[in-house]
Amino acid sequence: MGKIFRFEKDVDTDQIIASQYLLFPTIDEMKTHTFESLNDTFAAEVKPGDFVVADENFGCGSSREQAASVLKALGVKAVIAKSFARIFYRNSINIGMPVIVSKELHDVVADGDEMELDLKQGIITANGKTYSCTKLPAQMQKILDQGGLIASLNKED
Amino acid sequence: MGMTMAEKIIAAAAGVVSTKAGDIETVTLDRLMSNDGTTHLTIDMYNNKLKHPRIADTKKLVWIVDHNVPADSPKTAASQKKMRDFAREHGIDFYEGQGVCHQIMMENYVRPGELIFGADSHTCAYGALGAFGTGVGCTDYLYAMVTGTSWLLVPETIRFNLRGKLPKGVYARDLILTIIGKISANGANYKAMEFAGEGLHSLSIADRISICNLCVEAGAKTALMEVDEVAMDYLKEHGREPKACYQSDEDAVFAETYDIDLSTIVPIVAKPHFVDNVVPATESYGVKIDEAFLGSCNNGRIEDLRVGAAVIKGKKVAPKVRFLVVPASRAVYNQALKEGLLDIFMEAGAIVMNPNCSVCWGACQGVIGEGETLISTGTRNFKGRAGHKESFIYLASAATVTASAIAGQITTADRV
Repeated sequence: MGKIFRFEKDVDTDQIIASQYLLFPTIDEMKTHTFESLNDTFAAEVKPGDFVVADENFGCGSSREQAASVLKALGVKAVIAKSFARIFYRNSINIGMPVIVSKELHDVVADGDEMELDLKQGIITANGKTYSCTKLPAQMQKILDQGGLIASLNKED
Repeated sequence: MGMTMAEKIIAAAAGVVSTKAGDIETVTLDRLMSNDGTTHLTIDMYNNKLKHPRIADTKKLVWIVDHNVPADSPKTAASQKKMRDFAREHGIDFYEGQGVCHQIMMENYVRPGELIFGADSHTCAYGALGAFGTGVGCTDYLYAMVTGTSWLLVPETIRFNLRGKLPKGVYARDLILTIIGKISANGANYKAMEFAGEGLHSLSIADRISICNLCVEAGAKTALMEVDEVAMDYLKEHGREPKACYQSDEDAVFAETYDIDLSTIVPIVAKPHFVDNVVPATESYGVKIDEAFLGSCNNGRIEDLRVGAAVIKGKKVAPKVRFLVVPASRAVYNQALKEGLLDIFMEAGAIVMNPNCSVCWGACQGVIGEGETLISTGTRNFKGRAGHKESFIYLASAATVTASAIAGQITTADRV
């Protein structure tokens, strides 16, 4: 079980990690500033295995891969949204962080609720109910299964 | 079945006769641009994560330091040094302090028909010259840098047929904000936005870059424009030839088609905190501002500086307002110097800065404080994008931004 951190629609990557931190040398130095403008206790409160749940168009705006990387570095197990902006979606898969489309979940959970994710079966359990989520395209599932794009490249090399 | 421009460019890059929206193709990239926003992380992965570090074709790489120029902290300086040293060691084309990456790419590299990855979301600007530019993160960039290839889901296309001409005092920025307001911030998610029609011919390359550049704010994977005489003249002036000029076939399939009469467009303002939160500028008249910004990859070209200078000539920036003017490249800066435009801005009380991303990036120059309001020709008005999380950004054309700097409140150029 992991805790849900719930966000609204059109969360852009500037909100996930602001520009002023992007040139910090490492992701570990950036991650304490995650979601600073929307929820300034997020980085302190989130624990490995927790989830981010959002409305439509999560991760829009800048292509900064740091947005996906800080979430992964904080231990976020998956981001579940009604839809994702394309660059964030691709970046997340490339670094091996599951991004899952569910049209229902955001509307039926509250911030702080707990949920469980069965990634293989594509099933989410929250508040005693189960929800099925959309499957990844085969190309992306393969990259995710191999642990991300670089791991997949190293395997082929 | 016919193909769209996007399908034709991807098919050529994949070495296949035809492809269609929804297919996945393995493509060979023509060019790979990266800037100081993420390159230090790309280099770390190159050095520490790859089994066999290598660069498929160094000649295709262009690295540009443009986001935090000059460096604002020891951390920034360290990240930029890493990039500078790696570029020197590997013989990568490298620019620093010479302007915003997309302007440098347009002036020196982009050719019609090319497929270009840029580690920056506004790479879609290259469609102004009929090239398929798309933004990627640093892992995608690294994979393409190592293998010379990547995979792409072929996008559906939304087609915009333009006709007529923009009225006097109305600009490309007003047009693209109108379109984004109409289709929304994810209206083109995963899709290509294609612009065609006789109305296109009346738009300069500066206008076209401004339009294509902002398409990512509707979620677009890329933006594309047909190559006409105006585009060919620009290429000739800059000493380049097209790779290939494509048009969508008559029977190409579009996800949606919009017909837009340019003569109906009015000055527009995008209100905080979303680019699709647009209203006619008249509805924002009177909003007090603390800072105005004329610059960025969207509106920092010589044409934009000419518009701003014409509005402010002989007038003054309002007391207590900072007006930052930032040419998009060294070439633009030099041209503005020659034309006396920088004198006009300086005499009016503006702050003229070195070419870089500046206020649009919100981490280096002209950062705004708590409760402050900025009107900007930058690309985004997201919460906190230009500084404090409790601040406000309005987006508008060069003319509206300059007029507002004079008035100290949002207004249009016909009222100052």
